[in-house]
Amino acid sequence: MTKELVFITVLGKDQKGIIAKVSGALFKYSINIEDLNQKIWDGYFVMTMLVDISGSTKTIGELKKELSDIESEMGLKIQVQQENIFKAMHRV
Amino acid sequence: MEISFEEVMETVNMTLYQNFDIRTVTLGINLKDCINSDLDTFKSNIYERITDYGRLLISEADTLGEKYAIPIINKRISVTPVALLIESMGNDAPLEVAKTLDKAAQDAGIDFIGGYGALVQKGMTRGDARLIDSLPDVLSSTERVCGFLNVASTVSGMNMNAVVKIGQILKQVSERTENGIGCAKFVVFSNAPEDNPFMAGAFHGIGEPDFSLNIGISGPGVIKNVVEKNQDCDLTELSEVIKRTAFKITRAGELIGRELARKMDVPFGIVDISLASTTKVGDSVAEIVELMGVGKMGAPGSTAALALLVDAVKKGGAMASGNVGGLSGTFIPVSEDSCMNEAVKSGSLTLEKLEALTAVCSVGLDMIAIPGDTTAETLSAIIADELSIGMVNGKTTGVRLIPVPGKKAGDYVNFGGLLGESYVMKVNRSGSGNFIRRGGRMPAPITSMRN
Repeated sequence: MTKELVFITVLGKDQKGIIAKVSGALFKYSINIEDLNQKIWDGYFVMTMLVDISGSTKTIGELKKELSDIESEMGLKIQVQQENIFKAMHRV
Repeated sequence: MEISFEEVMETVNMTLYQNFDIRTVTLGINLKDCINSDLDTFKSNIYERITDYGRLLISEADTLGEKYAIPIINKRISVTPVALLIESMGNDAPLEVAKTLDKAAQDAGIDFIGGYGALVQKGMTRGDARLIDSLPDVLSSTERVCGFLNVASTVSGMNMNAVVKIGQILKQVSERTENGIGCAKFVVFSNAPEDNPFMAGAFHGIGEPDFSLNIGISGPGVIKNVVEKNQDCDLTELSEVIKRTAFKITRAGELIGRELARKMDVPFGIVDISLASTTKVGDSVAEIVELMGVGKMGAPGSTAALALLVDAVKKGGAMASGNVGGLSGTFIPVSEDSCMNEAVKSGSLTLEKLEALTAVCSVGLDMIAIPGDTTAETLSAIIADELSIGMVNGKTTGVRLIPVPGKKAGDYVNFGGLLGESYVMKVNRSGSGNFIRRGGRMPAPITSMRN
């Protein structure tokens, strides 16, 4: 099956359970994590995840809505964007 | 191919904090095949074509905006110049067609529809004249229909008879609409491009296919941010960083434009790399010029700074896309750009300086409120001056002036919403009626001897 790769970016105040909650939600919707980077940047928690949503029934829009609960509960910003846009912008 | 953490964060920061967007997607639609000798059939053909494609445009654009988390701000339609469509029809056809366009746009959820206009740089047909005569009624009685006239070009010269008429039309529209706002829906051009996606001057040119999807890249917020971060570099280096950012936002625009065209099953047209300001704070071209080091927009240095900015955007954009087209200069609308407006208020920015800016890269005198008692002849004279710059320099220039009834220079006027607010600009009051009243056609300029 062709992969459908999406970047999920999580930004906010560092706290317990961010990765657990986000990855828990992804597992629930049968989304595979292909790559993950996490660091504390300017005092903020920042994580980028490259995930494959081809095995999930969720569209990008639906996934964004599902993650918005975690966003408001933990005071985070979560962006969900298809990988193409990053390739277009950052590679000649 | 891996995308680095920093690269991901750069895009995410642009989308979250720097007003990164797709400023406009405009679907150009050919209406020539809708022509019918029966006016009602003609109108119903137009209505169906526009509502079908308008609804499709909006739903597909919204889905794509969500997929990339990059909002597509304006979704609009441009059509074949209407003067061509009504040539063989009666006197009531122009207004009837305009009302049909207005209703179709409203029912499809499109806020502006462009193309109610004519190309009359060399002369007018009877159809052109009927359309021009209908402009005061159309601009004052419809909500969403935008009008244009191309009255000059480098190869044909300038039709001064048309320029005279436009001055009179602007006066009528101004008197018939609140704060003269009907004039904001009309642009007069020299060298009008056939694939411009930006309103109010968009139309679907006669060299275009049945459909053409044209897009305008992100507004100035992203470029503003990069200029703000590079306060210590010299201008060569500044040009480089602007170029790199312009490359990125043009690539994003092209990607989304192409995908949208594919989903709608219509040909992809062009990417217009003009920076278009909005009333939002941080989304201003004038602010970029000021961040480059110019004390206030309009001060000495403004023309050079704007020339450097737009040249760098063009170089980055041309590298990013083989389909750059449309206007691809810069808009510096006064009422729609809060920093421009501030510069007018402080006295730093004058009409004459705005005219000078169009000689390097601005695409015209845009959204400028002027005193309501400005005469029709003076309006025509300002238009003739501005269009001469385009005609002689082989570039597009346009004029969108709003004479505001009852207001004088320095007064404040609020146009509301996207159209913004403005201080009324001072106009030189020495009359040039004797020049304008001569009419005729200014011959096409010589294109050698370039000084």
